[in-house]
Amino acid sequence: MKIRVKFRKYGAVRFIGHLDVMRFFQKALRRAEIDVKYTSGFSPHPIMTFASPLGVGLESNGEYMDIECESVTDSQDMKRKLNQASAPGIEVISVKELPKEAGNAMASVAAAEYTIRFREGRMPCLDFSAKIPQFLSQEQVFVEKETKTGHKEVDIRPGIYEMSVCLQEGGGLAIHMVVDASSAGNLKPAKVMEAFCKASGCSLEENALQITREEVFTWALENGEKKLVPLEEIGTDIGTI
Amino acid sequence: MEKLALSDDILMKIEKPARYIGHEVNAVIKDKSKVDIRFVMCFPDVYEIGMSHLGIQILYDMFNTMEDVWCERVYSPWVDLDAIMRREKIPLFALESQDPIKDFDFLGITIQYEMCYTNILQILDLAQIPLLATMRGEDMPIVIGGGPCVYNPEPIADFFDLFYIGEGETQYGPLLALYRECKASGVGREEFLRRAAILPGIYVPRFYEATYREDGTLASFGPNREGVPAKVRKEVVMDMANTYYPRKPIVPYLKVTQDRVVLEIQRGCIRGCRFCQAGQIYRPVRERDVEEMKRYALEMLKNTGHDEISLSSLSSSDYSRLPELVDYLIEECQKRHVNISLPSLRIDAFSLDVMSKVQDVRKSSLTFAPEAGSQRLRDVINKGLTEEAILNGTALAFHAGWTRVKLYFMLGLPTETPEDIRGIAELSNKIAATFFEEIPKEERKNGRVQIVSSTSFFVPKPFTPFQWARQCSKEEFLEKAYFTKRCIGEQLNQKSIKYNWHEADASVMEGVLARGDRRLGQVILKAYEKGCFYDAWGEYYQNDKWLEAFQECGLSMDFYTRERGADELFPWDFIDCGVTKEFLKREWDKSLAGVVSPNCRKQCQGCGANRFGVGVCFEPREAK
Repeated sequence: MKIRVKFRKYGAVRFIGHLDVMRFFQKALRRAEIDVKYTSGFSPHPIMTFASPLGVGLESNGEYMDIECESVTDSQDMKRKLNQASAPGIEVISVKELPKEAGNAMASVAAAEYTIRFREGRMPCLDFSAKIPQFLSQEQVFVEKETKTGHKEVDIRPGIYEMSVCLQEGGGLAIHMVVDASSAGNLKPAKVMEAFCKASGCSLEENALQITREEVFTWALENGEKKLVPLEEIGTDIGTI
Repeated sequence: MEKLALSDDILMKIEKPARYIGHEVNAVIKDKSKVDIRFVMCFPDVYEIGMSHLGIQILYDMFNTMEDVWCERVYSPWVDLDAIMRREKIPLFALESQDPIKDFDFLGITIQYEMCYTNILQILDLAQIPLLATMRGEDMPIVIGGGPCVYNPEPIADFFDLFYIGEGETQYGPLLALYRECKASGVGREEFLRRAAILPGIYVPRFYEATYREDGTLASFGPNREGVPAKVRKEVVMDMANTYYPRKPIVPYLKVTQDRVVLEIQRGCIRGCRFCQAGQIYRPVRERDVEEMKRYALEMLKNTGHDEISLSSLSSSDYSRLPELVDYLIEECQKRHVNISLPSLRIDAFSLDVMSKVQDVRKSSLTFAPEAGSQRLRDVINKGLTEEAILNGTALAFHAGWTRVKLYFMLGLPTETPEDIRGIAELSNKIAATFFEEIPKEERKNGRVQIVSSTSFFVPKPFTPFQWARQCSKEEFLEKAYFTKRCIGEQLNQKSIKYNWHEADASVMEGVLARGDRRLGQVILKAYEKGCFYDAWGEYYQNDKWLEAFQECGLSMDFYTRERGADELFPWDFIDCGVTKEFLKREWDKSLAGVVSPNCRKQCQGCGANRFGVGVCFEPREAK
């Protein structure tokens, strides 16, 4: 049985790296006594896949982990057990069963949505509502990318699906964006911001951005139309028996 | 959002920020307005090392069961953060509350090895606590030292307000009660220390004075004021069944050295190897109750989610209920997909059977610690491991599928000759030969056998029969290592043998600090001021700076490595660790004569530890 777990990561634990989050869940699954399937051999470990590694320092409201279970209770019960076994800042928000044919979390990732805030005093002096459309109106946006052999110019414009400025609760501006997060074309939001600032004639200060991943999407067909949907929508609630 | 002592800018810049943010599963958070005593426990090394230490977990659990006490943790900031904290004057903070530790009531530092002494100064310095105990004001925490190194606390005496000698479970209750009383009645730091000095196991260095002879040896050592005891006796847990054990140990996010449930099955060791300090200072041997161990194992696995459990003791094979415990663990762990690791097992038919059940024999290696290459020298050090036992054990293991063997030896042991060193190479060769003799060609799975022989350099330690022994110089050590390498190169099966040896200069320094006196405090301080810290990390150890420090203080390292006089007063003689100096001297004499001593279960050697009235000393003896 394939199970998809959606969780948030916020607060101090944003400084825990991706590998450590994986180790955290291996242990949390045992603490929660989830009947997860193990690999065989002398050092068995739970079968699990994560959608997309989150960089150190980023918060998220939409992280995904797929596990395989031998048996399950119901969504609410599993969520409650996982949260009891969790740590402050890692909060499970949904547990869903995946259809048999569903691709795993990592393979199906298509895009991710981010909110980008600026640290105090580090917001570039820009008219965002004017500059963002200008930036998006370019047909190509080349950035330098490090490769194994050296540097390469890549066009990131096709990977920027949405970008806008929004007003946060309590005032202050934030940037909202949806970008390619597939294994082939994964775009880092900080890279987009850098390119945007450069194109707008200013530069970003070091560590200026506070980035929150809001959601991770996959492509789905809806009424014959290809559409981005949140990964959790592929699954269904497991009801009480 | 939770409070963090370090800014995002800093946390994003440094390696492994998870070392400094706390918030691990099972970390204890209390309301600080509701506690009277703030205690911070420190392991003066990097997080991944410090978090692997069982002793702190036991005391952390014990303190936090006390309602009015909140015990937190702190470890050495790594060199990257260290530089930032100095530059930006950020005071060192505790992981749980992220509050500066200079505002705490107590800073307890566990001192597990000599090469962390400069890291103690780093902790104090970053915490903005005066390095010298007598310079600390009323508002500064009481700095306590504990752990094996405090069996000779003299080299670091200047930096501590008090030392706790022995096992931590027993006297912290009374010590904290005294602290509450002193705080309530408004008597100051000095008076608290004066009263603490009378408690069992507590040593307050400022109330003791040393005088020296012209040749540099100790002339006298004792209290400098009335009412302070001349001898400090170590503390021992009398009832291993009714004591603290952390059923909910902290689960780090980072992969730490000991990333597993640790079950301490016994304290002490019956063996009495003459180089081994742990084997003497943790006497008498006390076993934990097997039923309790089974219960704790399951509870801890449930509370941590760890996927591995390890037994901890100096010599697991000597735990009388081992087969029962291991059978139980194998059954329960298999159900839970949990691995079992069994260190410090003697290799015999039983242990090989157990190990083949719990590990992949093709991927794991067998470990022997003969410590010396020849039977003669093994008798000198009282290592009761014979060549026959090793060869029989490896033969069995080779048949069971193992192809990798690790061997540990020491170079520079008392009475060592070139023949003894050659023995290291010959024993390694014989093991390889055993493989080729025992296993027919077609059954050799990996085709070959791999022997890894490692040597460390012998460091004489206080409270061992070898506390009188001379320690070799760096040059002698290196010569011995090169000779070992040559001898191994001469063996028929040399291609199957890999040889590793340790750095020599740090081993010499370790020996100097281990048997040092109070005068070394200024050397340690000077070395630290010159930039020494993380001395236990080969890449950071700066021998030249230490040598300069010795020179500038007018002290000679040779004085500390020399053979000690039979009647010499040692800096650590004021500590009563249970084992008497007469016994140690007897063992020293026996070792020089090459005479072995049977273990505690075979025949009592009258070491003196029976006066604690517990443990192996009172078990019925095996039939002779």
